[in-house]
Amino acid sequence: MNLESVGRWADLSEARMHVVSGKGGTGKTTVAAALALALAAGGKRTLLLEVEGRQGLARVFDVPPLPYEERKVAIAPHGGDVIALAVDPEAALLEYLELFYNMRRAGNALRRLGAIDFATTIAPGVRDVLLTGKAMEATKRKDGQGRFVYDAVVMDAPPTGRVTRFLNVNSEVAGLAKVGPIRNQADTVMGVIKSRITTVHLVTLLEEMPVQETVDGIAELRAAELPVGGIFVNMVRQPLLPPEALAAAATGSLDKSRIAQGLVDAGLAPPSGKRSTRVSAWADALAHEASEHAERVALETQERTRLQATGRPMIELPYLAEGIDVGALYTLAAHMHENGVGE
Amino acid sequence: MTVPEATAITPDAPHLDVDALIGDPGVRVIVCCGSGGVGKTTTAAALALRAAEQGRSVCVLTIDPARRLAQSMGLTELDNTPRPITGVEPGSLNAMMLDMKRTFDEIVIAHSDPERAQSILDNPFYQALSSSFAGTQEYMAMEKLGQLRAEAETDQRWDLIVVDTPPSRSALDFLDAPKRLGSFLDGRLIRILAAPARGAGRLTSRVVSASFGVFTNVLAKVIGAQVLQDLQVFVASFDALFGGFRERAEATYAQLKAPDTRFVVVASPEQDALREASYFVERLETENMPLAGLVLNRVVPVLAADLTVEAAEAGAEILADLGEDPVTRGLLHLHADRMRNARRQRHVADSFVAAHPGVPVVAVPAFGDDVHDLEGLRAIGDAAGG
Repeated sequence: MNLESVGRWADLSEARMHVVSGKGGTGKTTVAAALALALAAGGKRTLLLEVEGRQGLARVFDVPPLPYEERKVAIAPHGGDVIALAVDPEAALLEYLELFYNMRRAGNALRRLGAIDFATTIAPGVRDVLLTGKAMEATKRKDGQGRFVYDAVVMDAPPTGRVTRFLNVNSEVAGLAKVGPIRNQADTVMGVIKSRITTVHLVTLLEEMPVQETVDGIAELRAAELPVGGIFVNMVRQPLLPPEALAAAATGSLDKSRIAQGLVDAGLAPPSGKRSTRVSAWADALAHEASEHAERVALETQERTRLQATGRPMIELPYLAEGIDVGALYTLAAHMHENGVGE
Repeated sequence: MTVPEATAITPDAPHLDVDALIGDPGVRVIVCCGSGGVGKTTTAAALALRAAEQGRSVCVLTIDPARRLAQSMGLTELDNTPRPITGVEPGSLNAMMLDMKRTFDEIVIAHSDPERAQSILDNPFYQALSSSFAGTQEYMAMEKLGQLRAEAETDQRWDLIVVDTPPSRSALDFLDAPKRLGSFLDGRLIRILAAPARGAGRLTSRVVSASFGVFTNVLAKVIGAQVLQDLQVFVASFDALFGGFRERAEATYAQLKAPDTRFVVVASPEQDALREASYFVERLETENMPLAGLVLNRVVPVLAADLTVEAAEAGAEILADLGEDPVTRGLLHLHADRMRNARRQRHVADSFVAAHPGVPVVAVPAFGDDVHDLEGLRAIGDAAGG
């Protein structure tokens, strides 16, 4: 799968801050978590950030709700750690006040007054600067020996419809703050977001609406000069029918009596002379399911072509029939790794 | 578009009779709620069309329809006004898309003199609040619903309003956002900020005065003095509107408890979507808001349910060993995959039903294609109502 695009993930190898967005329902959080695992594989450390305060990461890793504290949530394949952090804009602002102005106590007083909530609510640009600023800080953080604390930072970002605005903090804040520290912070964050350190991945399904949002989202990101990364096509079903059967199913010309015979050969019905009504009902049902399947495959092919036209590297992730649990994250991470992520 | 037959994913739950709901003349507002990505807008549009074709005069308020869904209803622009849709009879269907900023602007204009209105509209904080405050969209959707209701009362343009709700992560946002906005606009801090603008004489309390000093100092440091000034101007000019706003938010919220209103919760048979649906159902109960039931979209129809996953896979193995009939082998794999998917859906739906045994449910099968035209919406309505 995706052989033609494997090499191009290498173009993103300088990226250390991976922003993951996608339409609601496409599995954005799951993909972000799997990406953090894939990037940590082989003894590295990744930080996985949540910015929408809904504890989605705690759910996918099956751990208690995350505080505003960097906490290890998983061990990557072949060693490596995934650390998670639920960024809270209020706490981030307090931290910022303390760090730059040594104003922890004043900050706490303001919080009690509702001022922090106020500032981060009335001016969404301010909140976004705090959230992206935290991601930037973690990305650039170094230890005593001057090495990066995190090899990569993965952010489970707001959905596609809002991500450009979210990342484009500079223009968001510009209308509000023309000078001052928030503006300076916005400028710094913007510089990092627009550099090759950052890359924005989009998660989609092979369905019309999510693909449309992805295509639109890429255009928006490009217009804002934000770095577009790859496309993760989630929940892709494996081809189960041989091509000729698919073609026959598409035109409704599957031979039902042959299917019925096949069911008998498969030991699913007694090989009696008169074919049981049950077997022929099954044959009808299978043929009907196949035609629906063929219809969907045709649509998927069409949507895949639209995604390819964006020119972005794509990784298809398998649909996991049993649902998503921690184990599934490792399966998805392995797929990403096979397709060149984290090399 | 092929229409797969309806399925019994929730045999233990009471059936949601969609036709009885939309046909009840006592029901004048239907609010469709649910988390994002579950087909909420499509469901709202399909219910509205079906009601119109059963003779009602319907107005559907959509929030953020996908382009093709909007086109399917003939909506080409977001102009904040209901537009009649042709080809619908014997009733009528009007559809509109919400423009939240415009709705907000209209409230400001309606509640202040032109000069003050203009200064509010020009303020960068108002612009941020009206275009990107988390919750403005929800509040404006409710506001618009109130307006549509008022229009219905004056000229009987429609007797049923179907409302789609904003594509938020959490279905509860729709209920919580207006209150949040209301209490935000009426908060302690706003009052402190508004105080100096009202005249220093009002600032009698030392504590308030001291807090204000600390606040302005910190805020000036963090966001800059000019921003703080903009903010104070905004609060001062908006102050006159606050009282009206809060009352308005409360009145609009209260309307959701009106006896002619029903909530329809929309979900897909996925864990996250049903978890949100659960929260919402519980919330409606606490608030005494009338729930009609759950529309469960994207249900995988089960055909040949007596051919189990295990049997189908064993059969495919045998054919593989025989080295023949790749077609039937593929079909059996396909069936097993579909049954497995259906089983998972059934499992999550069962959990919902067990937790909310009284909630009526209707299952709408997964359609291969997205909706492109009225025919597509009609097919979904048939599946839900039939």
